[in-house]
Amino acid sequence: MGQEFYLTGYFYAAVFLAVGAVVVLGGLIASLLLAPRGHKTREKLRAYESGEEPVGTAWVQFPVRFYIFALLFVVFDVEAIFLFAWATRFGQLGVVGLVEMAIFILVLVAGLVYAWRKGVLKWT
Amino acid sequence: MIDWADTVWRLFTVFAVLIGALLVAAGLIWVERRLLALFQNRYGPNVVGPFGTLQVVADMVKIFTKEDWVPPFADKSVFVLAPTIIMAAVLLSFAVIPFAPGFQVVNLNVGLLFFLAMSSMGVYSVVLGGWSSNSKYSLLGGVRAAAQMLSYEVFMGLSLMGVVLLAGSFDLATIVDAQARGIWYVVPQIVGFVVFLIAGSAETRRLPFDLPEAESELVAGFHAEYSGMKFGMFYVGEYLGITLLSAMIATLFFGGWSGPLLPPFLWFVVKAAFFVGLFILLRGSLPRPRYDQLMAWGWKFLLPLSLLNLLVTGAVILAMA
Repeated sequence: MGQEFYLTGYFYAAVFLAVGAVVVLGGLIASLLLAPRGHKTREKLRAYESGEEPVGTAWVQFPVRFYIFALLFVVFDVEAIFLFAWATRFGQLGVVGLVEMAIFILVLVAGLVYAWRKGVLKWT
Repeated sequence: MIDWADTVWRLFTVFAVLIGALLVAAGLIWVERRLLALFQNRYGPNVVGPFGTLQVVADMVKIFTKEDWVPPFADKSVFVLAPTIIMAAVLLSFAVIPFAPGFQVVNLNVGLLFFLAMSSMGVYSVVLGGWSSNSKYSLLGGVRAAAQMLSYEVFMGLSLMGVVLLAGSFDLATIVDAQARGIWYVVPQIVGFVVFLIAGSAETRRLPFDLPEAESELVAGFHAEYSGMKFGMFYVGEYLGITLLSAMIATLFFGGWSGPLLPPFLWFVVKAAFFVGLFILLRGSLPRPRYDQLMAWGWKFLLPLSLLNLLVTGAVILAMA
């Protein structure tokens, strides 16, 4: 179960990925060969908007509050990474580990409460 | 030194799992349509083949021979790439699931992390697909998907930490072994199980969490501009997602392949099939929540709940030891 084991493990993961990629690309290529090519009608050349004439492009700027929200996500996702490491060694860390983690989580929850009070968690 | 018997067996597993997953996902389309019809007092597909079982084959033929239109106003390379990402990401997750003792493509010691990483990759598919279409319905679907899937991903990982605390490992085979020797983790981790069930169905964008598609508001949401095989990939990807999620629930909370009398693989299939049925029933019975309700419920209720669950689980484990 040394280094060799890890390498063979990932080798089969790579084989799996390669065969999976063949399946997915095969599907695309098969449809490229089998699918008919229709004419370019006027309706096909514009975006679908339930029959309305589209106004402008859909590539627009987003409200800045999505950015704050994304930051909140990053904070909690990084916290999760820290928790992953802690969870595997929980048995050895014991009570000290639990208390430390409780303090860490409380700090983050304080951040969540702050964002909540500031109105980040409002979507209407 | 190469162990040929082992190599052949491993390669067999690779193909068996890939083909099996795709066949099950295709079969599920028929199963779901029949079951939904049953819940809604109608027949469902029953014309092609016995009980309509060949409907899937007919659909496949149709989807391959439909025009695969790439809109000239779209970002073409991203538009083509997006549906392949979801297929690849979901298929790859199947590599770490232990279907029976020794029947697993790769026994990674970070199996659970691998699953979480792959399920996050699915977000890219939906967001890029929605954005590259350059259509307003698609864009709204993509933005919704980004917000929804990011939010629910946070505590999807956290809800599984209780399981890791109990088993002391990310290795899925070890987690199943620990349950086979002791108790199914659904008992000590009932909260974790419920949160994972909800977060998981939000990740696979199934009704009641199908806001990125929401056909009554956004037509088809992120895949409104897709047609032919590329649409088919999003469609099969969703069913692969349900299969994967059911398999993960069975593995993490219901003892995986462990069970009396029946062979291990059969136990696994029975457990996974039960959750597939549950997801179809959920789709048949629940309405779609409003967008702000969905987000508020995730951040203000489920996230604190899964953190609390984690601390309580830790305290109980220490008290028992």
